[in-house]
Amino acid sequence: MRHYLLYGRAYLLAITCSALLATQSFAAEPLQVRIGYLGYTPDVGPLMSNVIPEPTDAGLRGAELAITDSNSTGRFLKHEYSLQVATADTPEKLFTAARHLHDQGLRLFVVNAPAATLRQLSTVLSDSLLFNAGAYDDELRSANCPNNVLHTLPSRAMLTDALVQFLVLRQWQKAFLIVGQKPEDQAYAAALRRAAKRFGVKIIEEKPWTFDNDQRRSAQADMALFTQASDYDVVLVADEAGDFGEYVPFNTWLPRPVAGTQGLVPMGWHKTVETYGAAQLQKRFELYAKRWMNDRDFAAWMGVRSIASAVTHQKNTDPAAIRTLALSPDLPLDGFKGRKLSFRAWDGQLRQPIALVQPRALVSTSPQDGFLHPDTELDSLGLDAPESSCRLIDQPLQTP
Amino acid sequence: MRRLFVYSALASALLSAPSFAATAYISNEKDNSISVIDVATQTVTATLPVGKRPRGLLLSSDNTLLYICASDSDTVQVMDLATRQIIKQLPSGADPEQFALHPNDRWLYISNEDDSLVTVVDTQDSKVLAQVDVGVEPEGMAVSPDGKWAINTSETTNMVHWIDTATQTLVDSTLVDQRPRHVEFNKDGSQLWASAEIGGTVSVIDVASRSIIKTLKFQIKGVHPDKVQPVGVKLTRDGKYAFVALGPANHIAVVDAKTFEVLDYLLVGRRVWHMAFTPDEKTLLATNGISGDVSVVDVDSLKVTKSIKVGRYPWGVVVTP
Repeated sequence: MRHYLLYGRAYLLAITCSALLATQSFAAEPLQVRIGYLGYTPDVGPLMSNVIPEPTDAGLRGAELAITDSNSTGRFLKHEYSLQVATADTPEKLFTAARHLHDQGLRLFVVNAPAATLRQLSTVLSDSLLFNAGAYDDELRSANCPNNVLHTLPSRAMLTDALVQFLVLRQWQKAFLIVGQKPEDQAYAAALRRAAKRFGVKIIEEKPWTFDNDQRRSAQADMALFTQASDYDVVLVADEAGDFGEYVPFNTWLPRPVAGTQGLVPMGWHKTVETYGAAQLQKRFELYAKRWMNDRDFAAWMGVRSIASAVTHQKNTDPAAIRTLALSPDLPLDGFKGRKLSFRAWDGQLRQPIALVQPRALVSTSPQDGFLHPDTELDSLGLDAPESSCRLIDQPLQTP
Repeated sequence: MRRLFVYSALASALLSAPSFAATAYISNEKDNSISVIDVATQTVTATLPVGKRPRGLLLSSDNTLLYICASDSDTVQVMDLATRQIIKQLPSGADPEQFALHPNDRWLYISNEDDSLVTVVDTQDSKVLAQVDVGVEPEGMAVSPDGKWAINTSETTNMVHWIDTATQTLVDSTLVDQRPRHVEFNKDGSQLWASAEIGGTVSVIDVASRSIIKTLKFQIKGVHPDKVQPVGVKLTRDGKYAFVALGPANHIAVVDAKTFEVLDYLLVGRRVWHMAFTPDEKTLLATNGISGDVSVVDVDSLKVTKSIKVGRYPWGVVVTP
């Protein structure tokens, strides 16, 4: 299912301007805003559960729609946005494609790739500005954060803080944690532990998931025994790929809610997000992509929109200037989340409300009322300035 | 206790005494209804069922007809206010949200949010006169007092679009701040005020040059700047005040319309959205979406005197004499 990976498909998505719409006053050459999309999604391997597959073009369709949206302003300002796409089936092929786009003069990129690949790309494209739409890793936002990367995808710390705030609100104070074997499951569990400690939820028991049988047939027996414990209010699951987590809800020893990577899930975007004008973006995306918009699509959409908002503001495409503006308080961004969004000056993470969803409904949106912060409640989610050793704002992007 | 209540009711009735006989109509977005308020007694006298998700409201120039954007019914309904019956459904294009009526009382300009279009409908023969391509997510609509310009704002494109009503074509666009929601001309049509919900600003645009002459910003003590999201704008005919509804900031800003100085912030209900004056402009009514009520503002004293419970998610408001 994940074998759609095109290497060398680099095409230009140029949205033609409507000739019907005349603008007066501008006679100069249009400003070309060329953005590269770099995609590499490794195969996660076989899964024990029949999860509904992720769309193979997640991220890309969001970036493409954002180009169309941005050209709606651009056609009046004579700014022409285009997307050049390179997706690859190995990191090495992606680096080659990235260098190729760089040689063509591209300096602005949206990247949908794992953390290690993103980190290497940030070196390959050291004089360019990259928007991370594919890696949740907290380490990209804390120690050794790459200087030329801004993050429109929420970090794991943001997601788990958003979830745990809700647990606190519901007074689900005792949690039973199940952790998968993969490194990303370990990372998600670490973020859950951090959030639990931060907001005062107690993890009364933690168990690694070591079963290798097929839970489709045995969850009813296995899962109940596995989740035996004296008492807990909620079961937390760290299983990003969906290997076993789908079978935890309704099979727990005690009749308790399930949350984390399955059950009640914190997400940057979901089909059920519809308030604050989000319904319009969802409708536009579904018409274009013929599927629901997911969190990577939204992150890629936000990446392109961030570039476009900065270009509209400063009327040039200089990556260093866009980065400086993005990290300043002077670039309010519209992400259909009910308030203006902005990038954190220390780690380049987009501040944003996080949706808490079950498969077919929005349950809540964090930050929850009452979680205060001296600057903005949005910074109660994720790594706050004192917790992060990054200081992007103090280190301008070096361009030759 | 009861005596106190009587006194305060009496006091608020006295405060709004000049607005006697006026009637306000409120669209309740999540109740598919219109609440009718008798302004003199400040009570809801009727609740009228209408189409799905009613939002934008406006009146014919003789105040006999009420036009209702029934967004989820994909139509504009026309209510005869004498009988309170829907007498006509106009073709509006998909998902009409806001609209504006040309001074000729015939051309209705409707923004179609999902189609990046403004639809122009003749209200007499119900025919679509034109559809004009605008930016993404068209929202606010206004027609200049002289009828020359129809203005549309597009929320994702972040522009104010100038449609020449003689040719029904888009001739110019002015870039404003993020997510422009509402546009309002001043009485002589020399200025256009445009609110930007995410930008947190109101741009005052000189109509002759179509350029921004002032960008208003708002700062309320104890309210985070991110929650200051300007939506509705109303200007007094005498050119003295502009009122700006600040959405989830739960305040209305009072602006000196000559110096552009923000004079005061009035605490109202939750998510204040659109506003309307009584005909004598002594009273301003504002819809509060989340708290489901209408705030009554006394314009002379700049005080909020009462809130009136209406239906769920009140959105638009108009007032007839």
